[in-house]
Amino acid sequence: MAEISIRKVSKTFGKTTVLGGVDLDIFNGEFVVILGPSGCGKSTLLRLIAGLEEISAGEIAIAGVVVNALEPRERGCAMVFQNYALYPHMTVAQNIGYALKVAGVARAERQARVEATAKSVGLTEYLDRKPGQLSGGQRQRVAMARAIIREPRVFLFDEPLSNLDAKLRVQMRHEIRRIHNRIGATSVFVTHDQHEGMTLADRLVVMNKGSIEQVGTPAEVHDRPASVYVAGFIGSPAMNFLPGQISLVRRGVLLENGTLIPLAQMPVLEDGHLVQLGIRPEHARLTPRGRGVIEAQVDMIEDLGAQRLCNLMFEDMPFCVLIEARPPLPAGTPVGLDIPAEHIHLFDAASERRIEIALPLPVAAPAEALTG
Amino acid sequence: MIERTPLLNIATHLILLCGLVLILTPIWLAFVAATHTLQAVNSAPVELWPGDQLWPNLREAWAQSDFGPKFVNTLIVAIGVVAGKVTLACITAFSLVFFRFRFRMLIFWMIFITLMLPLEVRIVPTYAVAANALSPFQTILDVTGISRLIQAVSGIEVSLEWNLLNSYAGLILPLVATATGTFLYRQFFLTIPDELVEAARMDGAGPLRFLWDVLIPLSKTNIAALATIMFVYAWNQYLWPLLVVTDRAAYGMVVVQLSDLVPDQMTTGGGTPTWHLAMAATLVVMLPPIAIVILMQRWFVRGLINTDK
Repeated sequence: MAEISIRKVSKTFGKTTVLGGVDLDIFNGEFVVILGPSGCGKSTLLRLIAGLEEISAGEIAIAGVVVNALEPRERGCAMVFQNYALYPHMTVAQNIGYALKVAGVARAERQARVEATAKSVGLTEYLDRKPGQLSGGQRQRVAMARAIIREPRVFLFDEPLSNLDAKLRVQMRHEIRRIHNRIGATSVFVTHDQHEGMTLADRLVVMNKGSIEQVGTPAEVHDRPASVYVAGFIGSPAMNFLPGQISLVRRGVLLENGTLIPLAQMPVLEDGHLVQLGIRPEHARLTPRGRGVIEAQVDMIEDLGAQRLCNLMFEDMPFCVLIEARPPLPAGTPVGLDIPAEHIHLFDAASERRIEIALPLPVAAPAEALTG
Repeated sequence: MIERTPLLNIATHLILLCGLVLILTPIWLAFVAATHTLQAVNSAPVELWPGDQLWPNLREAWAQSDFGPKFVNTLIVAIGVVAGKVTLACITAFSLVFFRFRFRMLIFWMIFITLMLPLEVRIVPTYAVAANALSPFQTILDVTGISRLIQAVSGIEVSLEWNLLNSYAGLILPLVATATGTFLYRQFFLTIPDELVEAARMDGAGPLRFLWDVLIPLSKTNIAALATIMFVYAWNQYLWPLLVVTDRAAYGMVVVQLSDLVPDQMTTGGGTPTWHLAMAATLVVMLPPIAIVILMQRWFVRGLINTDK
């Protein structure tokens, strides 16, 4: 049974629809990351689960109990806020123990639990300090401890890492995942950062404009994006798209300038069907001029250290390729591009949904062999 | 904008010095007048340096004005106003900022409008209400015809009366019922991030718990500021006590007493004006507000250092 079950939930503010009929099941002990750009409704969804906003239509159940009419404190959720929301006038110990104080837990037990929780997140030395005397990472830890101490069924995270610097963000990311593994409570984590989503999630929920685009493991979402939107959002640098149409006779996608990109297998579509062909920058290959499938020109090359990001122009469209070498390619150099058929993603041009290409089965070990 | 040039520094200090002289000169003259005899004060030219009559003048002024009980009265009223104001304003602002209810903005604007109607402007209706605090309800009953109905049914004539004249309540309540404090709190409450409110909700704190555990501790400095302002305001009241208190022996306030010492045609009857006593009494009456301001100022600073802003 699902720990959190979201049924046809929508949320409107006045005439603006923020969420339009979302369905989602989150299972017990799962770490789910809701990923999307700002304004896609991901925070609103989290706040509906927490009970901080009223549900306009639909139903949310936590552990089998419909919580639509319940106050936040009755839902068994704890939340970590983006700006930590620590009580500035209380010490770290008082901040962590406040929920217990409100719940009427005796002072001795409270103190013991505060100390134990503080120890588990490495805050023992800071218990007497005020939040104002702590660094960003430490405040984040206090916010975590405040959530942990309540032993909630569900942890809710509202972009908790976005105020930290890059290094600390990675560190806290690991810490959050470790805490989740230790406690095993169901976690819902909202972020706009795909790296956080990919690394933290058991399952990713990609949202766009108030609805769910795709739900799946990070690998599924990355390898088989369900729509143009997901394909462009997940993966860095972003996927390249080339508009074209299916040519059954020539067994490939015919681009607008007449270039043909061959496919390994033909999808079940009529001739001339308009599609978007997607290829990730790490999968396209640079070739000498005239040796690739399409011809492009170098616009500029960005050195990322480990890799080079070649920004090319194909016709009037930008096209990115990731390469290992450091080739001397001044701007304007004509180059060829190889587009391996096994890495091509196809999307319907009208609906922007994924078109499955029946690929020859990849040579991979069956799942049992790995887990067993 | 912070400018650091020697010329500007000198100029700003000169301006500050001018202001200081402007403020201190009258106080100095009052102090000097309080230290001389009747003859010395009334002889030209005006004395600029203190004499040796301060203590006898103070005693004389204290005795003449019956300051002992009047100080107690004024202290009761001032503390009552401060306590009432701090509490009332806090609760009103709390409901206005953190709750969504019907006519919230209407109520807000009605409170706002009272800012433009200080006590002095509405002193006649306020007096009428103080004379019978239940008269508004009586009016409602009369206008709607309920009182006539009750009389017809039971034969009892409804006549509500609660006289606040010559009482501490009459002195305190009209001074409490103003919008200033509500605004001070409201502006502060609006700066409280929504997340903090939500965090408290997640922690299971109800509205009153949130008010008591989070809002009031955070607004300590605001409370101190409001208390200081209201104490001085209440202490310096003249017109309202003059009007509402006829039993001056029991409920007289110091500023009203002080005005009796200020020489005019009525008090001196054309005799020599007793400025030395009036000034001595002024010095005494000034002390509690000054003490409060000095005391609270130190407290402000401590409060500001402790917060993490």
